[in-house]
This record gives sequence, structure tokens and C-alpha cells, in this order.
Amino acid sequence: MTDTLVPWDDVLAAYDPALGLEVHVELNTHTKMFCGCPAVFGGEPNTQVCPTCLGLPGAMPVVNGKAVESAIRIGLALNCEIAEWCRFARKNYFYPDMPKNFQTSQYDEPICFEGWIDVEVEGETFRVEIERAHMEEDTGKSLHVGGATGRIHGADYSLVDYNRAGIPLIEIVTKPIMGAGAKAPAVARAYVSQLRHLIVALGVSEARMDQGNLRADVNLSLAPQGTGGLGTRTETKNVNSFRSVERAVRYEMQRHAAVLDAGGSIFQETRHWHEDTGVTTAGRAKSDADDYRYFPEPDLVPVAPSREWVEELRGTLPENPVERRARLQADWGYTDLEMRDVVASGVLVPIEETVAAGASPQAARKWWSSELARRANDAGVDVVDLGVSPAQVAAVQTLVDAGTVNDKLARQVFDGLIAGEGTPEEIVAARGLAVVSDDGALGAAVDAAIAANPDVADKIRDGKVAAAGALIGAVMKEMRGQADAARVRELVLEKLT
Amino acid sequence: MSDLIRKTAAQLADALAAGETTSVEITQAHLDRIGQVDGAVHAFLHVDAEGALAQAAESDARRAAGGPSSALDGVPIAVKDVLATEGLPTTCGSKILEGWVPPYDATVVRRLRDAGMPILGKTNMDEFAMGSSTEHSAYGPTHNPWDLDRIPGGSGGGSAAAVAAFEAPLALGTDTGGSIRQPGAVTGTVGVKPTYGSVSRYGLVALANSLDQVGPVTRTVMDAALLHEVIGGHDPRDSTSITQSVPDLTDAVRRGATGDLTGVRVGVVKELGGEGYQDGVQARFQEAVDLMVGAGAEVVEVSCPTFVHALATYYLILPAEASSNLAKFDAMRYGLRVLPEGVQSPSAEDVMRATRDAGFGDEVKRRIILGTYALSSGYYDAYYGQAQKVRTLISRDFDAAFEKADVLISPTAPTTAFKLGEKLDDPIAMYLNDLATIPANLSGVPGISVPGGLADEDGLPVGVQILAPTMADDRVYRVGAALETLLADQWGGPLLDRAPSLNGAS
Repeated sequence: MTDTLVPWDDVLAAYDPALGLEVHVELNTHTKMFCGCPAVFGGEPNTQVCPTCLGLPGAMPVVNGKAVESAIRIGLALNCEIAEWCRFARKNYFYPDMPKNFQTSQYDEPICFEGWIDVEVEGETFRVEIERAHMEEDTGKSLHVGGATGRIHGADYSLVDYNRAGIPLIEIVTKPIMGAGAKAPAVARAYVSQLRHLIVALGVSEARMDQGNLRADVNLSLAPQGTGGLGTRTETKNVNSFRSVERAVRYEMQRHAAVLDAGGSIFQETRHWHEDTGVTTAGRAKSDADDYRYFPEPDLVPVAPSREWVEELRGTLPENPVERRARLQADWGYTDLEMRDVVASGVLVPIEETVAAGASPQAARKWWSSELARRANDAGVDVVDLGVSPAQVAAVQTLVDAGTVNDKLARQVFDGLIAGEGTPEEIVAARGLAVVSDDGALGAAVDAAIAANPDVADKIRDGKVAAAGALIGAVMKEMRGQADAARVRELVLEKLT
Repeated sequence: MSDLIRKTAAQLADALAAGETTSVEITQAHLDRIGQVDGAVHAFLHVDAEGALAQAAESDARRAAGGPSSALDGVPIAVKDVLATEGLPTTCGSKILEGWVPPYDATVVRRLRDAGMPILGKTNMDEFAMGSSTEHSAYGPTHNPWDLDRIPGGSGGGSAAAVAAFEAPLALGTDTGGSIRQPGAVTGTVGVKPTYGSVSRYGLVALANSLDQVGPVTRTVMDAALLHEVIGGHDPRDSTSITQSVPDLTDAVRRGATGDLTGVRVGVVKELGGEGYQDGVQARFQEAVDLMVGAGAEVVEVSCPTFVHALATYYLILPAEASSNLAKFDAMRYGLRVLPEGVQSPSAEDVMRATRDAGFGDEVKRRIILGTYALSSGYYDAYYGQAQKVRTLISRDFDAAFEKADVLISPTAPTTAFKLGEKLDDPIAMYLNDLATIPANLSGVPGISVPGGLADEDGLPVGVQILAPTMADDRVYRVGAALETLLADQWGGPLLDRAPSLNGAS
């Protein structure tokens, strides 16, 4: 069944959206949240487990101090208050991949609360208020075997891998974001994107959305325009790219509007996002009857970070994003327009890393802001997921600077990089992309061009040097763009003047 | 009956040190006694003869090489089946864990092994430690060695009965609302609930995490102190474990054993006596108080008005924590797995439901329901939240009482051992047996139960409870040892000398 959608402009004419984002960040600590098992991916199933993370009878949790430190640093970077005293709580529900049938999380006493970050959308700044950031543990992973879809429905049997059970998570929850109107999808995307940059800068997570290190749940509701109220919300789970966040918000706005226009009601439910088709489908009904029977975890003592420690951690924070942007713009000599373009296309960090890898700021911007951003857009992926690393972009630019390839040939090198054909040097060699600057080969081509265009040659002989362009063009065409244009020009002028 | 089984752990340790006997001899003597009487007593759910004898042989070899691991090296012990033992079944008295063999040791079990103490086996208990009679064990009740038709107390009736019947010189118990002290009282043995957090809970299958504590089950106060010193101390695997160590306990026992209580202020808790307490219990308790006065103690009456709410508070906090703890028994990873009848391709949830229905007994289900209700949204503040506040008030009553007295005393249990089956259909009557022991768990203070004599009306043991402030465990040992000495002088020997021999009982 396909959902009815209201045209975008009609949604905006009748409703105000309220947006809320819950982002789970998987920390990159060496060990799990409550035991000493390695918190790394890729192990054989159920090899990174112990009595505690398997929930064996009698086993007890011990808090990972490094995870608390990461939680505090995230909170500080989000301008949050850091609790002087907080506790873990049990969230009780039955699920086969949850070893204890409760998740050790935090409830009404989160470690970080009341923060904000500013995000920029098309030159306008939105302040996103953070309600809380709390610590919890990840669950295991179910693998449903048999059936067509890999989902539990129709499966013959299921297997559970508990390697992931107990990996530290930080859940960051925004307050409702009101008043974004038409920009709601872009604000959602910009928030998640900026949050990711921040997490990367803090160094507390790999923050790869495609690997599930950073998972976003999108809450959305509509209220009749101008009423200022909050409608019934839906929660779209596990939206795992910036672009999908934007699309999911837009889709839900259009779907909600259709339901409401038809006089219907929105059910409070979780919804699944389908990356391939760009639609959401109904998941579990999530009513107020959901009762997790939270209570303070009696096996753990309260976490009470000293103010001295919090201040010490504040000293380790990366620069705040606004100041950082101003500094980078000055360092790089970008115009305001160029800088805005860079930020909007989400390539600030890649450019920074490309410059750090040795490329000039202008070259880095040229590749990321136009070439790669365009390709990402065409492919419908985030530019950071395109498969080209900042180091590779810098390497390509080094080839350009050395005259090995020109800009046109460089684009073909990017084709090779995206196709996974190897390093830029290997791609140049394999595809035969190097510029020809050998006088023997170029001289022959120039002679041929002069012979084929006697009129042009005469003009140049008469002193009209500007006409050389036509001969250079002929040579470039002949050599399929791989000629060293500057040397061709020199040869033409040597031969005719 | 072999002489070896009548000896206290301290005497066995001395005999081993003097080269008068071996650990293998001692261990074999206890295994023989188990073989002889446990058919009637049913203190054990699992006996590990082979393992215990192997550990005993290692102990003897260690001693021969000149290096015993501890004062109790070679002295065997029984362990309550709620503690994880690597390689030995651990059922918690429940069908749902039938056949489960833990891949790890509880910290206290690890400390027994490190001390060189052979583990005789695992003792019977009420299912998941829920009960005061051991009748809620899924594997049948334990019988009181004083009268096999009566209950041995609970939940740790198996450990207390094993020690009372001379099947083991020592045992480990766990005490959530009195499960060490009340069985001690009704079997004429000694039981100690240490300060909360002073003995590791890692590997103790939690009943109620904020109340549970592991402790010694013995026949003498000195034996309890020796065992307490083996199992106590900080454990980094238990976050609620206290880092400072408790004061020297065996020294406290030696001081107390002089029978001198000059200058000790003893508080009699008004609310833990009177109505509901059996006459013979009250009479023995009053005698104990009088003896202490005679020994120089200054006795004062103290009032702890909130103690009357302790039982209600306990029966909100315990089921709440237990309902969550017991959720892990879901047939997914270990223990019982029951497939629902008449269901084609059952889902994981179907299997969980069928397993929990078949695997848990009625008392466990009752408390899961109570706890689930108490934690439910809309009821949390009225029940669990309110109970936590009362708990704070109970602690304040203790604080105020300990300003007037160094230790508090009361009968351990309101009655002597009742008949098997007598209270099985009346949960409230069963719960009331823990009236005097529960306040200590709610506030975390240490307590001991020492034998106070036999009630006139039924000739069954009565226990006297001594409580001290948090981390002052040495006080319960000092006063407990003093009372033990004073009473033994009066009786002309230990109370257990008057228990039936059980020879030929099986």
C-alpha cells in the first residue's frame, strides 16, 4: 500500500512541523560499558562475551570510566549541564537479543542535560536545544535465517550474536524543534551532520552512519499552522545517512498532512525508513501503555563527576564550530559565499583534512565543493560516503601540480577512485591518463596541426599570436586531452614565429 | 559418629596445623555423615565428593610442602546453591536453572578455593531465596535436624541444617531479609549478615540487589569470624563493594569470649518483641538480656518507630528488584527451555512464556507480579518510590538508636521452627517470620544470630539477634561471643549437644 502524500507547498501552507531527533552514538572505547570485553567489530559471533555482557546469573556490571569521560565531553561540546550526581536505571522489556531482558540506561537522571547547538541552513542559524545526553548499553544482534526478507517474519529460525551487547552508547535527545517550517528537513540534516562533525572532532566514536556507529531516530509531528501546539508524533527509526534524515522528515511531513487533511489521526508509532524506496512504513505501535518500569540500577553506585574533572575535560574540547569556521575562512582566504557553499554542502571537514594532507585551500575547495559534491548528489549519497578520502584528493592535486594530469584528466582519476581501482598513481598508470609533454610526440602532432590548418598558421606567422589557441585545441583533440597544453603552445610559437 | 565432624572449624584448623589429621580424613568424614543423614535432612542439592576429596588432597600436599594458603586451608565447606560455582550445578532451588553449570565462580567461592577450602556441595534453599522455610525449593524441602517434621528456616535452610546436622563444619549463606539469621535461630546455629557491601555479591544470583549479602553459617561465633575474614573485603567486580576493610573480627571474638561486657551499651528494640512473639522465645531472650547485664552491659530500651513499616517496605523493594532480576530467565541462553503445547512454529516470546510458566514456582510468580505492579508507570511513586523513602526513615531510626546503644538486640525470629506445610498456604504468616531481621537489610547494618536456648513449650531452638552500626561488624562478633560464652557456661556445653544424633536417620 502506498501512502498518500500532500504536495510540499500545501503541507507548508496548512501546517507547522515540530521536529525531534534522537541520535545514538556508539563510543570507541576499548572495552564495553559494564565489563572488560573488547568493544570492537568483526569478531566471530559470541567470542567477545563474558558472564556480565551475556547476563549470566550472578554476574554484575562495573561502569567504564572512559565511557563516562566521553559522555561528559559530548555533553560539554553540546553546551550541556553536567550532572553532579546521576544514576543508571533499568529499562525493563523482553527481547531475545537483550541478555538481561533489561537495558542498563539512564532515566530521569541523565549525565548531561539542557544544552544546545547552532546549525546553519542556507545562511540562517537555527538553535537546536538539547534535552539530554545519557549513557546506556547496546543490545546484541539478531540474525533471522530463512524467509525472503531477513526480517523476523517468515524466518525459519533466528541466531543471536552478543558481541555488540554492552557496547557503550550515548543517546542524544533534542527538545522539539519548532518554527523551522519549510526548512525542517534541512535543519534535521544539518543537525545530524553537525553532530557527527562534533563527535569526530571529539574523537569519541568512529561515527560512521553506514556502519551504525551513529544512528538517528526522527520524531515528527504537524500542528495546524499558527496554533503553536504539538501534534501526535511518529518516530522513524534508524535513518542512517544525512540525506535520508532530510528525506524522511520531508516524507513524514507529506504523509502526516495527507492523513490529517483526510480527517484522520496520526497513530503514535515507530516507523521503518526504507532507503531504497524513500518511504516509511508502520512499525510497532508506541503508546503511553509502553511501560519500561524504570528504576535505579541497584548493582551500580551513582556517578558523581567532580567539578574539577569536568573543568579538566572542558579544557580538552575542540574549538566551537562558529569560531572554528571563522578561523578556517580566514586561514583559507575564502569569500563569505565560498564558505557558505562549503558548509552547506557538508565538505568543511573533508576540505580541512585535504588541506592538512598538503593540498592548497583553493584546490581542496575546487574538488570537494564542486566536483565531488555534485557527484554525491547525482549518486544520492553523502559526499563523505562517496569513497574518496581527503588524502586521495590531496594526492590527485599533487599530480595536477606536478603536471602529470590536468583538471580534466583528474576527473577521470576520481572515476577510478570511486570505482575502487587503487591509488591515484595506479589509476593514472592503469588508465593511461598521464599528460604527454614529450617534445617528439607533441612536435609531430603540432606539425600535423599546422599542415591541416594553413590559414591559421599564416595568421600566427603574421603576428596574430592569439590565433595559436585554435592550433592548440586541434593538438589537444588529436591527443585526447592528454597533451601538456603549455608545452604545445610553446612549440606552436617556436615553429611559426 | 566420627569425632572429626563434632569439631568446630577452628578446632579442625588447629588439628590440621598440629598434623593430627588430614583434610582428606576430615572431608571424607563429612561426606560419610552426608551419606548417613542427608536422605532424611535433605540439606544438599548436589554433593561433589570427588571434587571435595581432590581439593582436600591438594590441601594436604600444600601443607606437607609447608605452605597452607590460609588458617582454614583444608577445612571443608558447603555453599548455598544461589552462589555460582564453576563446574558445579547452580540451580537456586529452581527448575528454571536445572542442569545449569556456571562457567565462572562467585568471588566468595573463588576466595574459598584460594583459601584451600574443599567444597562439599551445594545446599538447598527456597527458590531464588524467596521464603522462610526452604519449602519453596523446587527440589523438595530441607528438614530441621532438631525435628525432621519441622522447617529449618529459609531461605538458607539447607546451609543451616547442614551445619546443625554436622554434615559440614561451615557453610555460606545469603541474607536478603533474614535468610542466614532466621535459619540459624531455628536450627540452633550461628549466622551472620555482614555490613552491606563488605562481602562481594559478584556471582550471587541476585534476589534483591540492594538487600542481598553473603555471610557465614557456622556452629560457633569464632568459626563465623574465621570464615568472614576469608570471604570479606573489597571486590572490583562488585561496584557496591566497600573499599575499606571491616575491623579485625577474630580479635573481637577473643575479647568477647572472656564473657566481660563492662561498658557495652546494649539497646533492646521495643518494636522487635512483644505481641506476635512466642512465649518461649521471649523468655529465652529475656534470659540473654539478664545474662548480659550480669556481665557488665548497660541495657537501655530504644524505640525505632518506623520498624513497624519495615515488612511492608521490604515487600515492595524486594519484589520490584526481583521482578527485573528474574527477567533474564527466558530460555534463550541457558537453563530450562519449554516449548508451548499446541503451538505451530512458536516464536521466541511463546517459548519464553511457556518456560517461565513451567520453570518458576508459585512464590516466585507471586513476587514477580507484585514487583511488576510496584514498578508500573503510575504506581511507581506510590509504591517503590514511597518504600525507598521509608527505607531512609528506617536508617534514621537506626542512627538514632545507635547514639544510645553500641549494639541493638532482639529475638531473631518471633517463633521457633514451625511444622512443614503449616504456613505454606498463608504467605503473610510466612513473611511475618522475618519481622525482626528485615530492618537490618533495609539499612545495611550487620547482624548476627546466636543460639539462645530452647523454648520451654516445644524444646526447639531460639535465636538472639545482635545488630551493630554499618562497618562495626566487630561489635556483633564481640557481643555474640560474649553471649555464647555466658550461655555455654550456664548450659555446660554447646546447645547442639542437645540436638538429636540423627544416627540411623536415613
